[in-house]
Amino acid sequence: MIEFLRSLVLPFADMVSSPTFFVEVLVGGIAAGLMYSLVALGFVLIFKASGVFNFAQGVMVLFAALTLVGLMERGMPVPVALALTVAVMIALAFAIERVVLRPLVNQEHIILFMATIGLNFFLEGLGEQLWGSNVKRLDIGIPDESFSVAGVLLNKLELSAALTAAVLVTVLAVFFQRTRIGRALRAVADDHEAALSIGIPLKTIWVIVWSVAGIVAIAAGVMWGAKSGVQFSLSLVALKALPVLILGGFESVPGAIVGGLIIGVGEKVAEVYWGPLVGGAIENWFAYVLALAFLLFRPQGLFGERIIERV
Amino acid sequence: MTEASGPLLSVEDISVRFGALMALSRVSVEVHRREILAIIGPNGAGKTTLLNVVSGFYHPYEGRIRFEGRDRTSLKPPDVAELGIARTFQNVALFRGMSVLDNIMTGRLLKMGGHFLLDAVWYGPARRQELAHRAAVERIIDFLEIQAIRKTPAGRLPYGLQKRVELARALAAEPKLLLLDEPMAGMNVEEKEDMCRFILDVNSEFGTTIALIEHDMGVVMDISDRVVVLDYGRKIADGPPEQVRKDQAVLDAYLGVAHD
Repeated sequence: MIEFLRSLVLPFADMVSSPTFFVEVLVGGIAAGLMYSLVALGFVLIFKASGVFNFAQGVMVLFAALTLVGLMERGMPVPVALALTVAVMIALAFAIERVVLRPLVNQEHIILFMATIGLNFFLEGLGEQLWGSNVKRLDIGIPDESFSVAGVLLNKLELSAALTAAVLVTVLAVFFQRTRIGRALRAVADDHEAALSIGIPLKTIWVIVWSVAGIVAIAAGVMWGAKSGVQFSLSLVALKALPVLILGGFESVPGAIVGGLIIGVGEKVAEVYWGPLVGGAIENWFAYVLALAFLLFRPQGLFGERIIERV
Repeated sequence: MTEASGPLLSVEDISVRFGALMALSRVSVEVHRREILAIIGPNGAGKTTLLNVVSGFYHPYEGRIRFEGRDRTSLKPPDVAELGIARTFQNVALFRGMSVLDNIMTGRLLKMGGHFLLDAVWYGPARRQELAHRAAVERIIDFLEIQAIRKTPAGRLPYGLQKRVELARALAAEPKLLLLDEPMAGMNVEEKEDMCRFILDVNSEFGTTIALIEHDMGVVMDISDRVVVLDYGRKIADGPPEQVRKDQAVLDAYLGVAHD
């Protein structure tokens, strides 16, 4: 028993005795966490603006990455392909508003949710149809190699991914928290009819959020794609975003950021220091167990709105 | 007829059809500047449909709607709001998760200048603008006596207060025409008296033209300058309250006619 407790506490001593290694682990965790935040942010934006959980967010990541790789394979330079992919995602937002959302104004949230499941399958099929289904390598010109700063080993690709994610996350947070768009978004999410009656252009708002969610999907697709290749499993990145959302709250932009960081750092530290204790692979379940704990004790998440039902 | 002297809103011969059901058939109504117009009629008479047509949620398949002399028959709800027509809903449509203050602030979205997207870039001006609008909203909060609940989420308020907050949100847009769909439904006597007072005060202090749907005849007779009566999608009476009260067609619609 004492032996077991000792082994639980011992990793803290390891952290102190080898600070450079600990910093490396932290940086790795933050990098991964920011990428989770990025995916989660796509969900949060759409949830805020329509009260809908967008089941297709993961596939949007895959679709964006597939489009980018597909264009690059046809010989386009990275900037041109990137710009075109952005255009494709914005066009997709317009199409989704016109074909999926507009006919469903004022319907129950669950119906819109079902519509996004349909969208999920449609995009998955379209992506494969257009670009093929084999695994593709995505090379954006940043080498997957490491360099050392003050004795701490850092990975170039991870670092640039983290930086991009940080910039994107900050810009979006300012955009949606600090402007009246934030309030308009919440208004639209709460009541379509009332939002229309006070002059909020529902269509514009929807096109904006879906476009932004599409652009976020490109960023996420590029980062994850460069690391592990562009393939179907990319759409499963969305699964990792779920615990982030549960931690941060479904409608909170800062929540998505903090939630992502907690999970990213948490799972790396747990894996490296406590992994050997249980035979490893903590990274695979850490996020979900944490989410489960949150569901039990704080279901609205860290930053979510408390749900109080009048009876 | 010059623009300033003509009616603020004129609905000319509009018909609305839902499948085989004629919700409104060739209805014409004028709303004059600064008046309080009551629209009454038995259930299913087409009162709310009329309001929905005016605010752009439904479009008539025939007839025209003119606001301040200009045709606006085919406008959509956000465009109608931009013209200066605000409304409340029969079943309160507040943003339930937002505080009362935020709810009322949304009413001012259209008053805020500049484009949505530019706000993010010009953060300073956006902030100053927000504060100016906040002052206007506080005046409305004082006016409607809801200071105590400004931070409360709208969804947690009792029904009567929700109706009042909805009125506040509509007022925040400083509308030229205010459409109220059963502003007093489900209220107790005291709440009704308060609401009547607010409606009269809005009309006299801000000069807002008001068209309202109401079932409580006592209220209608007390506060309205003119009454329009609908029955089965047709207009059956239009005139001052005293006159409408004695109208045989209105009495028949409400009390029924002996078929013999």
